[in-house]
Amino acid sequence: MHVPDGFLNAGVSVATGVVSAGGIGYSLVRAKETLSERLAPMAGLVAAFIFAVQMLNFPVAAGTSGHLLGGALACIVVGPWAGVIAVAVVLIVQGLLFADGGLTALGTNILLIAIIPGWTGFAIFRGIRSFLPGNNGSVIGASFVAAFASVVIASIGFVILYAIGGTGNAPMGTVFGAMVGVHFLVGIGEGLITALTVGAVLAVRPDLVYGAQDLVPGLTVGGPADVAVGRS
Amino acid sequence: MATRRGVTAIVIGGLIVALGLAFFVSPLASSSPDGLEKVATDEGFIDTAEDHGLADSPLADYGVEGVDNESISTGLSGIIGVAITFGLALLLFGIFHVRRGRDDREPTAAATG
Repeated sequence: MHVPDGFLNAGVSVATGVVSAGGIGYSLVRAKETLSERLAPMAGLVAAFIFAVQMLNFPVAAGTSGHLLGGALACIVVGPWAGVIAVAVVLIVQGLLFADGGLTALGTNILLIAIIPGWTGFAIFRGIRSFLPGNNGSVIGASFVAAFASVVIASIGFVILYAIGGTGNAPMGTVFGAMVGVHFLVGIGEGLITALTVGAVLAVRPDLVYGAQDLVPGLTVGGPADVAVGRS
Repeated sequence: MATRRGVTAIVIGGLIVALGLAFFVSPLASSSPDGLEKVATDEGFIDTAEDHGLADSPLADYGVEGVDNESISTGLSGIIGVAITFGLALLLFGIFHVRRGRDDREPTAAATG
């Protein structure tokens, strides 16, 4: 999903840069206010883990691969503010040191890989959990669906950006179908990895999963501000 | 505090998993184009991609310059990336707590939000 330089014109690249800078700036403020000291080292681990797992491209169809985006995973484990910051750190390291993801496209990539899948994934996770019983199985199931959907939504996000400011002249209908089709498959991988990872942390220390803290006696979480994250 | 040690143990354990994946598994990853690259190729706009401005960087494309064995080069680049990402993120998130100070909040209050 890493967008290289050149796919999108300067206008879209600047616009996504501004939107991403705003989203990350806001997240920094909110994370500073709300990230509990318990979860701070976890946020570092989540970033490092996502860097590693993003290297693990898995085959999804003939001659095509996909890899974890990680936005939904990060937001479920450390919350929607620290989560998008963690993925943004990964993208900055990849863009500046590993030549992965364009430099002028950095804002686009933060939007498509951190903010959109992170916040839509977290909102979907919350939504699904609201009508499931409060147990680990629900958290794991909701993680799968949220992560799956977040990748499909991110792929639609790319198509919208491409429709606005793509430099090539590929027909939008076929780009849409192809992007969503392949990311449907990538999303299944995303869902599996996310559910597995969330399940592993839940099994060891459920209080370290932000999106499951309501299951831990003695911890309260989830003021109204937490729910209002799906705005991007 | 027991809880803090518990978190530290989990973070260390998680890092070992991440480093293991980066070093041992990443060389086995599929080298096929990813979803976006494939679509761009099929739809005929892959040529609009420009070369990366830092394509000559010593870690470009997840390899370490000068290491000839491809698996080791990929694996090492993964270890370096995991370490740098962890360090940078920890620095960033650690700053929050230094700035905020270590006030003695109730556990419930600290976890709220």
